[in-house]
Amino acid sequence: MKTLIKQLTEAYGPSGYEQAVREIIKNQVSDHADSVTVDPLGNLHVIKKGSGDGLTVMLAAHMDEIGLMVAYIDDKGFARLTPLGGVPPETMVGNRALFTNGAVGVINVENWLFHDRVNSLRKLYLDFGVSKKEDVPVRVGDVAGFQRPFVDMGETLVAKSLDDRIGCAILIETLMQLTQTPHDLHFVFTVQEEVGGGPPRGALTAAYKVQPDVAIAVDVTDSGDVPGRKHFEVKLGSGPAIKVMDRGMLAHPGLRRRMVETAEQNDIPHQIEVLRMGTTDAQAMQLAHGGSAAGAISIPCRHIHTPSEMIHFQDVENGVKLLVALLSGPLQLE
Amino acid sequence: MYLEQLSNAVGVSGDEGEIRKLLIEAAKPLAAEWRVDTMGNLFITRRARPHTERPLRVMVTAHMDEVGFMISKITDSGRLKFRPIGSFDRRILLGKPVSVGKERVPGVIGLKPSHLLQRGEYDRVGSVDSMYIDIGATGKNGTGSVAAGDFATFATTYGPLGGIDQGGNREGRVKGKAFDNRAGCAILLELLNEDYPVELVAVFTVQEEIGLRGARVAGYAANPDVAFVLECTAADDLPPIEPDEDDETDDKAPQGIPRLGQGPALTVMDRSFIADRRLVDLLIETAEINDIPYQFKRPGIGGTDAGAVHLAREGVPAAVVSVPARYIHAPASVLDLADFWRTIRLMRATLTNLTHWSHSS
Repeated sequence: MKTLIKQLTEAYGPSGYEQAVREIIKNQVSDHADSVTVDPLGNLHVIKKGSGDGLTVMLAAHMDEIGLMVAYIDDKGFARLTPLGGVPPETMVGNRALFTNGAVGVINVENWLFHDRVNSLRKLYLDFGVSKKEDVPVRVGDVAGFQRPFVDMGETLVAKSLDDRIGCAILIETLMQLTQTPHDLHFVFTVQEEVGGGPPRGALTAAYKVQPDVAIAVDVTDSGDVPGRKHFEVKLGSGPAIKVMDRGMLAHPGLRRRMVETAEQNDIPHQIEVLRMGTTDAQAMQLAHGGSAAGAISIPCRHIHTPSEMIHFQDVENGVKLLVALLSGPLQLE
Repeated sequence: MYLEQLSNAVGVSGDEGEIRKLLIEAAKPLAAEWRVDTMGNLFITRRARPHTERPLRVMVTAHMDEVGFMISKITDSGRLKFRPIGSFDRRILLGKPVSVGKERVPGVIGLKPSHLLQRGEYDRVGSVDSMYIDIGATGKNGTGSVAAGDFATFATTYGPLGGIDQGGNREGRVKGKAFDNRAGCAILLELLNEDYPVELVAVFTVQEEIGLRGARVAGYAANPDVAFVLECTAADDLPPIEPDEDDETDDKAPQGIPRLGQGPALTVMDRSFIADRRLVDLLIETAEINDIPYQFKRPGIGGTDAGAVHLAREGVPAAVVSVPARYIHAPASVLDLADFWRTIRLMRATLTNLTHWSHSS
């Protein structure tokens, strides 16, 4: 599974440009699914039929990661940026932007040696090592991801875009490990979760198509066990977090209880997540079409939206165990 | 070409009837099917060229509404208090002629003349709440047909500007109100003049300026395979407001994008959506093959009906093509007619090229 995580996190896939990630996932799942299709916005729908009398369950993990877009190129060949998703400006200095055509740009802030604080992308620029506009290897509107190798530190893993390639890896592993299920399972690898102010866009249209009874997002959440972070219980290595709420959603209480019971019955370490910020694909799935019973399983993650996100591998394995146990039996929600 | 008529017509968000009527009249000779939905969106469908098998259904939209004002209250002294409909820079409002209500009653947004300003007042612009429209009434009962709830907009007449090019010919630059988005409407009407190998569902939408509301239901109803949104976008080719200390001429070449006269502007991403890259690439390829200049809209800002349409039902691949204009959302915007005609050419060629598009692409 670590090989898969390495492959997924090192792939290029900013919001709206998820093709490479989609191809990796397609190759992984094609022998294990009843159907594999791509919808109009690029969501990948992987269906595993149930043995009957179950529910329609949609499981979502987003393929996209935060990224950058070239907004403007000046006469001296420096490019200005606009973000795809929540890009923290202070993590950009010294970072490298990688474009689909292989071009690499170095990111820095204006007046670097004498700068005060990096609090806005407006002060950042991309340097391609050229001195005039005509030599810049990219155009306005071109999209960049980041270059950063995966590191296996033993118990923990460090990589860019673990948000949410780890969710993708968990869904793939769950699909492979599930031997039987009464439910029609729609594993949906979504696009464009990181962008936009409203409900996540890819999951919204995908859920309209699937019309699930039950919808579960698998994504990362913050971790409260780092210096300075207060009032957040979730910790790395204490198990997958069962979401109660975030800024965009209150989880269906019956679904949440069923998740907790399943974890307890199967001795799977788990924790409870109450997040004041952020949201997941579950927000969109809850509200699409006629609505669904929605919830989320979150993998605790340090340093979210930096090029070095960190997770605990046991949380991943336990996340898979929890999903397999949950989906193997009936899902009565009270 | 209906740009002049459409620009002079009045249709603030929620009150698009006059625009709709004009468009229906203009489209009648085309013998296309048309209908109006409950919100007021106008759908005109042009079937695919005969003998096209399983044609794609392509939705092309342009919003009919313009930014304006709603009269909120008539004061005892006969002044009209108003609320903005759509986004405004309130600095541009003071002293502008407007027309109010169905009968187009002339009025002026009042202001204190410079003679009477106190020290410190020069640099301040009051809130919209402090402004009023003066229609010459002297009391609450003297406003005639004008009542609270009426719409108002700038009283501007379409016309050519005076620039002359190096060959001694008039530059094709025109001024008028509401080019955002009557330019899009006029282009969409022109597109309806021809047959394509796709079914063209032209939708003239309502209430874009106040939150993409018409397009939300229009996208659901049209249920298209692909969507294009025609817009009029802000040209960013003005000299800098703050003079650059290092620039001795103080008359810098414009740095921003898009610019007037440089062709239609393509959107890659704005606040409301990410354009489908396959469609952006198709537009670029079509422009290059046909020698049509094009440019990009500055990414990451603004929003259009595409934000609503691309999320309809199971999702719709969408792109936006815009005519650049200066001074939009103000009394008189300026556009270059060359950009207008190039946008029509680009869209006609693109609709013809779309036959290569398939659902699995």
